[in-house]
Amino acid sequence: MYGVGGGGGGFNAPSTTAGRRRNPGDEEEDEEEEGGEGRVLEAWERAYADERSWESLQEDESGLLRPMDTKTLVHAQYRRRLLLRSSAAAAARIQKGLIRYLYIVIDLSRAASEMDYRPSRMAVVAKHAEAFIREFFDQNPLSHVGLVTIKDGIAHRLTEIGGSPESQIKALMGKLECSGDSSLQNALELVHGYLDQVPSYGHKEVLILYSALNTFDPGDIMETITKCKKSKIRCSVIGLAAEIFICKHLCEETGGSYTVALDESHFKELLLEHAPPPPAIAEYTAANLIKMGFPQRGAEDLISICSCHKKIKSGAEGYICPRCKVNVCELPTECRTCGLTLVSSPHLARSYHHLFPVAPFDEVTPVPNRIQRGGQICFSCQQSLFNPDGQSNLHVRCPKCNQHFCLDCDIYIHESLHNCPGCESQRSIAS
Amino acid sequence: MTSAHSKLYSDDVSLVVVVVDTNPFFWAAAAAALPFADFFAHLIHFVNSILLLNHLNRVVVIAAGVSSCAYILDSSDVSPSGGVGISDTFDRASRKAEEFIAQDARATAGNGSVASANAASLLSGALSLALCYIQRIFRSGTRHPQPRILCLQGSPDGPEQYVAVMNSIFSAQRSMVPIDSCIVGTQDSAFLQQASYITGGVYFKPQELNGVSAIRRLSTWDMFVQFVCQYSARIRRSVQPAGQNSVVSCLI
Repeated sequence: MYGVGGGGGGFNAPSTTAGRRRNPGDEEEDEEEEGGEGRVLEAWERAYADERSWESLQEDESGLLRPMDTKTLVHAQYRRRLLLRSSAAAAARIQKGLIRYLYIVIDLSRAASEMDYRPSRMAVVAKHAEAFIREFFDQNPLSHVGLVTIKDGIAHRLTEIGGSPESQIKALMGKLECSGDSSLQNALELVHGYLDQVPSYGHKEVLILYSALNTFDPGDIMETITKCKKSKIRCSVIGLAAEIFICKHLCEETGGSYTVALDESHFKELLLEHAPPPPAIAEYTAANLIKMGFPQRGAEDLISICSCHKKIKSGAEGYICPRCKVNVCELPTECRTCGLTLVSSPHLARSYHHLFPVAPFDEVTPVPNRIQRGGQICFSCQQSLFNPDGQSNLHVRCPKCNQHFCLDCDIYIHESLHNCPGCESQRSIAS
Repeated sequence: MTSAHSKLYSDDVSLVVVVVDTNPFFWAAAAAALPFADFFAHLIHFVNSILLLNHLNRVVVIAAGVSSCAYILDSSDVSPSGGVGISDTFDRASRKAEEFIAQDARATAGNGSVASANAASLLSGALSLALCYIQRIFRSGTRHPQPRILCLQGSPDGPEQYVAVMNSIFSAQRSMVPIDSCIVGTQDSAFLQQASYITGGVYFKPQELNGVSAIRRLSTWDMFVQFVCQYSARIRRSVQPAGQNSVVSCLI
């Protein structure tokens, strides 16, 4: 049995966002509550003693509290995230696994009923897991997700690995009770058994949402870990309690990431970071050609039985598999008769932004009392980049097209749109 | 980033972002059927009728040229002369449009990579600008008009813009902004068919009738009227023949 490793309490510190994020030396995701360099204060204590978070509150003329301007803070957070992600991919073109087979393992042991997350750890995990599943399918339309729960020391498979988010979410919300102990080895063994059946071009991943501080295993978990490593399964863990040595070891061995959440918003952030496809590990990837079918809709007058629901459908309501001509209701799916992966071109197009990301914009420092060249209004939303009193706000500039954008457009462009409006509004000069 | 679920107006208050194709190569070829100046005049009347329906309606016109894109008209701008009215809108918009077209022509002349026959307009750039403007509207508060995008496209699709156009379409889908498209030229546009299908908008291409060419028909009032309010567009969507969808699914 492996218990808590490393030092430090700091369970779910009530630190403000400002308090946590301003620590320059700490990394956002790792063990902030850990002992470390021999300093005296815990992380949550620092927020009160050193940073004095209450001093950032301001009052207006009538004595009412003014809402805090979190815009620059949010933007700084967002930029840090962006630069971390882009620096990882900066050196060379990094291959990414777009066809992912992911098992989410949810710990429903006694520890999940702890109330340090409101209303309980289990409720918070379920809520954010639902958001994660939707985001995952939005960013990875060709991937599959399955759910596994650990309860009473036994791992159960809740849903089969599949491509439809609704059935997963319904199954998850239906069964939320926790009891007993948690067993990491049983979960890994179960997932390993299922992921072995996945085709070789798929990337096998496990994401464990772990609330407990220990694990009760029937055998040697180190053997299980080496087995997973040999099967090229990449395991990541998000802990809700403290850092545990065995989870850290598991993630290091298999090439995943281990992060520990400090509070609910941090947990959500960490969870959503697993939605975009991770860089593929060199030894794990097999660069194969994958056969896919692009079905068309059948003719109106073609009546057939669909292969998924066994009901009579007209050809125009479903799609016809190009290889075996069987009727399927929705895409993307795998044809039940011939096993061909059936997709339509927008599904593939949803993944293109992972391959062609927008370069991060450069910050333009506001220079007081001087007219900036070209920096009067945001190019994309036409909003003024100057404060009412004439000071220029912090804004950004695209390194390729030299257009200026405001902070909100910067976030929107990089997180949702994935096109730089300035670069798209320009015809590239022929070389 | 999805739109905030805000308390919207009970009446039909919309923000219409019109993306106008000002490709000079296309309009030169179509000048026999309808000169651009006439088409632009009809567009201004359409814009004014939207503004007349409800004083809270807003319209933004973005021009998609061959080498650049720009904002032509924003109905919420206060004009320097302080006048508000149909002729005032027309003056401002015409002036801006002329400046833009001249500037675009200069940029195109200096750029040797543009092949004249099949030059595509920068649809991806214009859609990106439209979506960023719509995001600004979402951020502006809890009461905001219902946004939608109307594309008036005549030039053929540029295949080099595929990834960018698809990104814009998915972003519009996430923000629940319908993209309606109206084809001014003779060729169908595969990009706009996909856009309207995925975002739940209307794809419309007028047919030639009684010897009157398609483009001339479009400019008459009764063709444009279906795009004027979101409810008429919805009616149009519901009678869209199923055949439209089968065309889209051929795009692989």
